[in-house]
Amino acid sequence: MDKFTTLTGIAAPMPLVNIDTDMIIPKQFLKTIKRSGLGVSLFDEMRYDRDGNEIPDFVLNKPAYRDAQILVAGDNFGCGSSREHAPWALLDFGIRCVISTSFADIFFNNCFKNGILPVVLPQEAVDALMRDAENGANARLTVDLETQTVTGADDTAYRFEIDPFRKHCLLNGLDDIGLTMERAPAIDSFETQMAQARPWI
Amino acid sequence: MTQHAGAPRTLYDKIWDAHVVDRQDDGTCLLYIDRHLVHEVTSPQAFEGLRMTGRKVRAPERTIAVPDHNVPTTWDRETGIDNEESRIQVDALDRNAREFGVHYYPVNDIRQGIVHIVGPEQGWTLPGMTVVCGDSHTATHGAFGALAHGIGTSEVEHVLATQTLIQKKSKNMKVEITGRLAPGVTAKDVVLAIIAKTGTAGGTGHVIEYCGEVIRNLSMEGRMTICNMAIEGGARAGLIAPDEVTFTYVKGRPHAPKGAQWEAAVAWWKTLFSDEGAQFDKVVTLRGEDIAPTVTWGTSPEDALPITARIPAPEDFTGGKVDAARRSLDYMGLTAGTPLTDVTIDAVFIGSCTNGRIEDLRAAADVLRGRKLASGVRGMVVPGSGLVRAMAEEEGLDVIFKEAGFEWRLAGCSMCLGMNPDQLAPGERCAATSNRNFEGRQGYKGRTHLMSPAMAAAAGVAGHLVDIREFAAQPA
Ligand code: SF4
Repeated sequence: MDKFTTLTGIAAPMPLVNIDTDMIIPKQFLKTIKRSGLGVSLFDEMRYDRDGNEIPDFVLNKPAYRDAQILVAGDNFGCGSSREHAPWALLDFGIRCVISTSFADIFFNNCFKNGILPVVLPQEAVDALMRDAENGANARLTVDLETQTVTGADDTAYRFEIDPFRKHCLLNGLDDIGLTMERAPAIDSFETQMAQARPWI
Repeated sequence: MTQHAGAPRTLYDKIWDAHVVDRQDDGTCLLYIDRHLVHEVTSPQAFEGLRMTGRKVRAPERTIAVPDHNVPTTWDRETGIDNEESRIQVDALDRNAREFGVHYYPVNDIRQGIVHIVGPEQGWTLPGMTVVCGDSHTATHGAFGALAHGIGTSEVEHVLATQTLIQKKSKNMKVEITGRLAPGVTAKDVVLAIIAKTGTAGGTGHVIEYCGEVIRNLSMEGRMTICNMAIEGGARAGLIAPDEVTFTYVKGRPHAPKGAQWEAAVAWWKTLFSDEGAQFDKVVTLRGEDIAPTVTWGTSPEDALPITARIPAPEDFTGGKVDAARRSLDYMGLTAGTPLTDVTIDAVFIGSCTNGRIEDLRAAADVLRGRKLASGVRGMVVPGSGLVRAMAEEEGLDVIFKEAGFEWRLAGCSMCLGMNPDQLAPGERCAATSNRNFEGRQGYKGRTHLMSPAMAAAAGVAGHLVDIREFAAQPA
């Protein structure tokens, strides 16, 4: 997994609330057995018409946002299906950070496993960053994970909270599985105890 | 296993405490997973990850694989899957299940079906367990008093390799449904009414315990319908305390404990309830008597209203929901102010892990006995598992469906998400018993109205949404 330290990039505004993972990556793209290559299909049904032509009004099709690395989104981003194809598609497109007032749990977890930083900020801060994002290529946001801040176009810095363990893993690009495998003795002894206490499992 | 003698604990607290392998100072825990269910869509990358790192499945005996999302539900599926990508995914599961030695129900096994129907049916899901699956509707298993939730593919790989998950505890939320339900009102109406009240983000960061007289009086099937949609309310998981209804359902299932182990298990299961005085971070109460047959009008499960209501206007909402409602009405092709019962439909879908169990099929068949689909309406019944199908056929329900003009299919997810050929055409409007009415969910530009099996069947006969309480009163 790639490390996440600081990121300065173009932010695309997506003010719609309840953007679900079916919108982020529709089911026809879930038939892959790989993690890569989903970027072209990100937001497919909003981004292309039935003949595969780009819909010019869709934010990521506008010249200013084609290289966006940050999304500023409406409430409850990533709700619905648990498909990790959603963060894979975002990442493959080049999005490394999503900012919203709230995220659905599973999507939120999935982001951390893929080096994407989901940032939760209060409504006023998201509104201000949304206005910045609406300025297009001129408005670049800077996200600094070490100091836990997002800095907008006018140099206002918004501080966000993040779980220390997740921050550590993201800053260092650590793979959880490797970390957990080191705790195998604790898992072994739990299994031994469980075989006594709840043998029917 | 930690044992706290003192403070009163919730059901969630108790199951959590019984599964903590290891806890860090900041509260991050390593949680042991008792059952891991696997399907073909969210697992190939996880197995591939194991292969690349030379890791094994730590506990294949706790891992159960079944293909469901992609499989065709037509009767010719024994001859193979036409869609190449679907076939590759189903074949990959087959290879992975055999290579890593996990329990496996292949496509043509009578026990195959939707993973959340197969788990309980085979007795894999038991009270007090931790159950995960790379699928958000894993919440279904909470109906047994099991802590069950969806995970992403990286977490699937983590569980395969270590039989644990890195987790922080969620908050406790209680949803109590008091009193009794009126005739015609089902578990599906209850859960839609709950989501309409709390919103799709109302449960975010929480595990919901559903309780109250209405919940106690539900069958296991109804309880599964409720917990299934906990995720639509944003919750990590839904739970219902196990009781005699649960034990009766579980007893004798292939993987349920037997003999002395059964006695020991039941003794422990009986301790699984929220203690008097246990603290909940959030409490929501609904009166059963206030719940009417409920349907959705928009493209989010929270867009649910009693069938007696009219389509709302964007101005009825505030904040970001105004634009979302405008977009939904446009997508759904609906006009504010129209009575819901005037909304005409083109298709009926009965099935899914929400309402694809035997009781659901019985409820739909009861409505359809001696009746026919309105002209121009197509209907499809997709049983949740091969065993549900066999049971329904034994009861003659398939004949009722076929005589009413429905297609009778083999088990799978089917038109719930349309990954196989079962899809809505653009603009087609469907009365569906599934759980998601998102844009494009059942097919590109397809329009979904969620409701109970009886309401969906009745809508099919009438050709438009109907109030089952009035419909049922008419002679067939
Ligand atoms: S029936 Fe629908 S909701 Fe349930 S597991 Fe299958 S696709 Fe998911």
